[in-house]
Amino acid sequence: MNDFFHMGGYAVYVWSSYGIALLVLLANVIAPVRARRKLLSQLARSKQRARRMQR
Amino acid sequence: MLRFFHQLASPRHFYRISGKLIPWLALACLVFTLTGVYQGLVVAPTDYQQGDSYRIMFIHVPAAWMSLFIYMVMAAAGVIGLVWHIKLAEIVAISSAHIGASFTFLALITGSIWGKPMWGTWWVWDARLTSELILLFLYLGVIALYNAVEDRRTAARATSILALVGVVNIPIIHYSVEWWNTLHQGPTVTKFDAPSIDLRMLIPLLLMAVAFKIFYAVVLLLRARVEVLQRERNSAWVQELVKEHE
Amino acid sequence: MKPATLPQAFAILLRRDLTLAYRRRSEMINPLLFFVLVTALFPLGIGADPELLRNIGPGIIWVAALLASLLSLETVFRSDFDDGSLEQLLLSPHPLSVLMIAKVLAHWLITGLPLLVVAPLLAVLLNLSGDATATLLITLALGTPVLSLIGAIGVALTVGLRKGGTILSLLVLPLYVPVLIFAASAVANSDAGLPVNAHLSLLAALLVLSISLSPAATAASLRISMS
Repeated sequence: MNDFFHMGGYAVYVWSSYGIALLVLLANVIAPVRARRKLLSQLARSKQRARRMQR
Repeated sequence: MLRFFHQLASPRHFYRISGKLIPWLALACLVFTLTGVYQGLVVAPTDYQQGDSYRIMFIHVPAAWMSLFIYMVMAAAGVIGLVWHIKLAEIVAISSAHIGASFTFLALITGSIWGKPMWGTWWVWDARLTSELILLFLYLGVIALYNAVEDRRTAARATSILALVGVVNIPIIHYSVEWWNTLHQGPTVTKFDAPSIDLRMLIPLLLMAVAFKIFYAVVLLLRARVEVLQRERNSAWVQELVKEHE
Repeated sequence: MKPATLPQAFAILLRRDLTLAYRRRSEMINPLLFFVLVTALFPLGIGADPELLRNIGPGIIWVAALLASLLSLETVFRSDFDDGSLEQLLLSPHPLSVLMIAKVLAHWLITGLPLLVVAPLLAVLLNLSGDATATLLITLALGTPVLSLIGAIGVALTVGLRKGGTILSLLVLPLYVPVLIFAASAVANSDAGLPVNAHLSLLAALLVLSISLSPAATAASLRISMS
């Protein structure tokens, strides 16, 4: 098991590569999910505002 | 069949269908990634020349493939959008730009990290790394242009043209950089193409390539959904959706 | 009045642009000065060893040419956009891509050709051989039109934008890479006494390719950004 994490002496390079890959992929998923949520609540707020204006 | 595609092109149905599709695709992506990483890090044997450092390849090479593939998809979608005025194609084109840029970035970073133990420096003006760098600038140009133009439709059409110009230029750039490289550094044996590759190394490579392709599809759908909502914000079905969200 | 035929329209547009440029000649000289100045800065920055300068000279001159051409690009459509004549151009019955060739040709005559005139002077400053200087002129003659043609697409895409200038360099410079590579290595080769036919043929091929494709792309971009 230790051998596995050691990666024949290349641990820093291999694990940092996989780590960075994970971060980049995660960021790609999170960005649109957050953007969608933000947009929906923004639309909801402008709708409420429009409703208040009508009254 | 035709009717299915016709429906898909309408923003509302696209939003509905993609919402159902995403969980399944995400699951498939996860399965492929996990088996790919397991095969790549555990099952694949240590390379007799590069030791374990070659395992970076399972990220680097699929990412580099994706960087080119996504550019092609972006340009193709751009052409479809320009010729047939299909909104969804425009959305696919511009949503691809960000994903493509991040895969290019990933290919560059992992290539550089791989280069450190191989060449002793973080950066070598290797032909492929240099091509990737220029590709990254092409992507950034597309994104910058899209952000600079205010009207979304105009922006999408302008970036489609730019992507098309880029696609014509990519082979020329690639060829010229390769040529320049052999000229200045002498023919070096590049570490990226092994003439014959062990099957146990090939399998994780292909698994990761498929995983990245599905990942692209997932993120593309996620991004396209946000674009669709933004463009259709005043339509009845989005208002309906907002009501559910409240 | 009879409407102008296509060759007439082409000639009129060309003459108009050249006349306008002649009236603003002090403005037109700036990119040229920039070209000379940037090249002259390099020896100050890295030392004046003749052998060193000779090695990096071709690259420096070509990078400076790239930047100078980039600097002058914005003038292709800016004044036309400001005074509204660009919209008139779009309404013309003639094919817009042919008119674009006239625009780019005028722009190249104003900003590209002068680079060829001062290039021998820079070759002397950077200690290039006579052969290399001749090759430099040929590469500039073949390469700078390509820069103008590709650049025109970028300008057409950014013409109405407030921040157009900064984006333009990001759009256009990556596309300039092949020209830079072929041209600079041609000059370096001829300085080393090696054959340069292949380089020059490739540059000529780039020129043919960009003449045939770029005007249509420029026209399409212009229609989109003016819509």
